Amino acid sequence: MTTTVEPLTPRTRRGAELMLLVLAIAIVLLAWVTTDLNRNGTVPANIIPIAGGFTALVLSVHLVLRWKAAYADPVLLPITTVLNGLGLVMIHRLDLARGKLGTDGDAYRQIIWTTLAVVLAIAVLFLLRDHRLLRRYTYVTMAFGFALLLLPLVPGIGRTINGSQIWISIGPMNFQPGEFAKIALAIFFAGYLVQTRDVLSLAGKKVLGFTFPRGRDLGPILVAWVLALLVLVFQKDLGSALLFFGLFVAMLYVATERVSWIAIGLILFAAAVAFALSAFTHFQKRVDLWLDPFSQDNLERSNQLANGLWGMASGGLTGTGLGAGRPYLTSFAESDFIFTSLGEELGLFGSVAIIVLYLIFCERGIRTALGVRDGFGKLLAIGLSFSVAFQLFIVIGGVTRVIPLTGLTTPFMSLGGSSLLANWVIMALLLRISDQARRPMPEIPVGVAADEPAPAEVTQVVRLT
Amino acid sequence: MSELTLTLLRLGLLALLWIFIFSVVGVLRTDIYGTAVSRRGQRKALKQAEKQDRKATSRRTPVPAAGAAGAAGAAGAAGAAATTPEAAARKGRGRGKGSPTTLVVTEGPLTGTSLPLRSGGILIGRNPECALVLDDDYASGRHCRIHPDPSGRDGWVVEDLGSTNGTFMGRDRLTGSRPVEIGTTLRIGKTVLELRG
Repeated sequence: MTTTVEPLTPRTRRGAELMLLVLAIAIVLLAWVTTDLNRNGTVPANIIPIAGGFTALVLSVHLVLRWKAAYADPVLLPITTVLNGLGLVMIHRLDLARGKLGTDGDAYRQIIWTTLAVVLAIAVLFLLRDHRLLRRYTYVTMAFGFALLLLPLVPGIGRTINGSQIWISIGPMNFQPGEFAKIALAIFFAGYLVQTRDVLSLAGKKVLGFTFPRGRDLGPILVAWVLALLVLVFQKDLGSALLFFGLFVAMLYVATERVSWIAIGLILFAAAVAFALSAFTHFQKRVDLWLDPFSQDNLERSNQLANGLWGMASGGLTGTGLGAGRPYLTSFAESDFIFTSLGEELGLFGSVAIIVLYLIFCERGIRTALGVRDGFGKLLAIGLSFSVAFQLFIVIGGVTRVIPLTGLTTPFMSLGGSSLLANWVIMALLLRISDQARRPMPEIPVGVAADEPAPAEVTQVVRLT
Repeated sequence: MSELTLTLLRLGLLALLWIFIFSVVGVLRTDIYGTAVSRRGQRKALKQAEKQDRKATSRRTPVPAAGAAGAAGAAGAAGAAATTPEAAARKGRGRGKGSPTTLVVTEGPLTGTSLPLRSGGILIGRNPECALVLDDDYASGRHCRIHPDPSGRDGWVVEDLGSTNGTFMGRDRLTGSRPVEIGTTLRIGKTVLELRG
């Protein structure tokens, strides 16, 4: 096959981003006004300061992008704005139903967390001028990620909430360190796999059309598996364990292009699930609830799955309208079940729109990975977007009864500070990588390299501005 | 608040959400970056169809034999199309002299890839920053560079950037830079490159 490769000159598309941002803010405001009109019959009294603050937050990210990452992807920020805003509106709506107003409300806390998350994302864009700098800290982030993952097991600060020991509490603050472990591990896996992928992909025997790796190359995947198993056994959190192990297997597959890693990963995971099913009643109950959420026994034990399903059913195609449904009947309607809450009030049209927005978000991450020219950036972008996509699959699949329900947060929407902070950082990292991917290649000035000694092979041109 | 207003608001919100999605997709549709990879075969087929159309209208063009003769025939026949760089390239190849405009990989894992020469020079090597990224164990990170002649003469030179395994022109290993012309072949490890007009 004969092919031609030609570089294209991209535009920055910041104007398009601004246009989409205006539309995004309009959607969020309309959603909020609809909620209050439905509940109270009036337009919210504090709409001008809060809407102004929200707009200012988002526009500040836009301005920072114009200044520091002019070629960054134009659709990530508007999509994040819509998702975060709809999450806020739904949390506020549940506050109204429960009579938690003003500073008592969950929405109040979530707005503060959103502000912090935006500040953190701006800090990442400012401090990290080139994603390749992260590669220097490959093993530091490994230690950091493992520590975060195992922190909830430390006696004294670890807390068990709702049956899973994935929380730590320092003073009055509760935190889920696993959300940040996700980012740290994605950085570590990218740095580690970009170094070792040749060994992991070249050697091996061919059996049944698959090239299987040698025994000694199985080390890393076994370590990841044991770690996931530790999370599973001691923190009783199937969702996080699945997320970390899936992230590793997906990145291993992308790095080596070998399908056999996926086969090995699935076999190992099946073994872990079989073990968990036979050893813990906790998991047996969940599988039972998944298979038959409407049986009498299961409704008495936990009715949240059934309530969520009924909620979505009562929403129908176009939903009951924000504020007019009864999503508050489901427990955890503002965190794990926020998708069914929105599904009830926005209907099938709205919930599919939300899924499509997430889909475009992840697609842009993968497009960034294809476009960026260094291996580390490719793997990091794939890892980050895969973690968002897989987390969504686990949580939305859980509430819609595709897979057994395991508690994870819906990125950008669920109530919870750690999740919001971590996902905004993921978005900032993707913006930074996409800036590198879309920036036109620097033209090498003619006749300069002729006099200079050629740089060593390990040297890379790192542009700091 | 009347029921009608609430219904309109509810449907308006859904409509706005989908308008947002379609605007996002609209932005993505025009957001193309990176490198464009197009198949030469398709273009050739297109050209051939065009040629046949032409043949049907006027019988001036002799039926081309094959290969280079076909290219020459196309160049001879396509009076108007000769202004496009591609047609010009086909025209130039037959003469063997002149300024090269493209670099084509003729052997090695990337066989068939071609890229236009840019006035800023193109860098060849294994590093991802290179214009032509070789997947070849014998190539260095920054292996060699092809750029316009720095002494101001018309033409291009190839310059080895101190590669470990060398850039070969025929049997000679390059030291420093050397001028190239149409038809020059360069060998880097298992990869053979040819300059075409």
